Amino acid sequence: MMKRDDCLKALARHVTDADIVLPVYSTAFDWIDIRPGPLNYLSHGAMGLASSHALGLALGRPDKRVIVLDGDGSLLMNLGSLVTIGEVAPPNLYHFVCENGTYEANGGHPIPGRGNVDFAGFARSAGYRAVHAFSDLKNFEQQIGALLAEPGPLFVDLKIVSSGPQERDYTRLHGPHVRKAFRDALGAG
Amino acid sequence: MQVETDARATASLAGRNIIREIVASGVEYVVSVPDITTSEGLLRQLAQMKAPRLIRVCKEDEGIGICAGLAYTGKRALLLIQQTGMLDSINAIRGVAVEYALPICMMVGLLEKEPGVPPLQSKRYGVRIVEPILDAMGIAYHEIEEDADVGKIRPAIDEAYAASRPVVLLIGRRPT
Repeated sequence: MMKRDDCLKALARHVTDADIVLPVYSTAFDWIDIRPGPLNYLSHGAMGLASSHALGLALGRPDKRVIVLDGDGSLLMNLGSLVTIGEVAPPNLYHFVCENGTYEANGGHPIPGRGNVDFAGFARSAGYRAVHAFSDLKNFEQQIGALLAEPGPLFVDLKIVSSGPQERDYTRLHGPHVRKAFRDALGAG
Repeated sequence: MQVETDARATASLAGRNIIREIVASGVEYVVSVPDITTSEGLLRQLAQMKAPRLIRVCKEDEGIGICAGLAYTGKRALLLIQQTGMLDSINAIRGVAVEYALPICMMVGLLEKEPGVPPLQSKRYGVRIVEPILDAMGIAYHEIEEDADVGKIRPAIDEAYAASRPVVLLIGRRPT
């Protein structure tokens, strides 16, 4: 099992200023501390929808890599998006799920099927071009650069430990200034 | 008055006229879960066209997210669904379309609405509640009941993108 912030730091070393990144909930707070930037797409409006926002962005901007940092609880709310993404098959979409088995942002309660659900299996059967699962940080660090260099849609299941319940300031994710900054940055390039 | 009602009940709504307006609106993507009202007259025809591109989704709220992502990239999209799916997606519409003020354009077939009968006067509970819910959410909507109404489509979509706000086009009978 890995720590989320270690995984995100490893990923951040391979993310460029041109990439769009959609992190959700607890992952979003860690990510914007590790790699702040205007092309972080933080406002998803409803739990579970990050992968769907990402598909729209990937279709509309095929020149950019679109990287989703999903949660396991979030993805369970929108499993159909795996099938939709598998069918549309955008080559610029990279879908990571931080699997800690809990609704960390909502009190740390366990997700249904914790430990039994096979997220990589879901993505594989939905038609993602490539699917990987990591529980060892060194392996992830060694492979992530090459994985991001390949065409998508890519799915990566990161087996992580829970960070426990946390109090967060959600205006950092949902404030109008966040969306304006993203819109301006995407329009500029 | 009875004559007017009868005329509206027997009026026609051609799918090709709706599609013409969708195309003229600059819509590049139609995102859809099949709806029985628009299945034959709209969706089946759209599925045979190269543009706009049809994206089939598993659930309607997925479409809200996809249309939002496309909107940020400057691409116009139309979410073609049934009112049951719209009702199922209320939270996504609340968060993404209304609170984030994004131009989410929805074309919504009204399942089991009687042709020629205004939605508010329908005998169907699932039809009667649609417009009051949209009113409560502050979402603009237009009834598309017959060919004379299709002229509302392009201005409604243009206005949604100009003002960055959602709009709903309610399809009140099966297009032919």
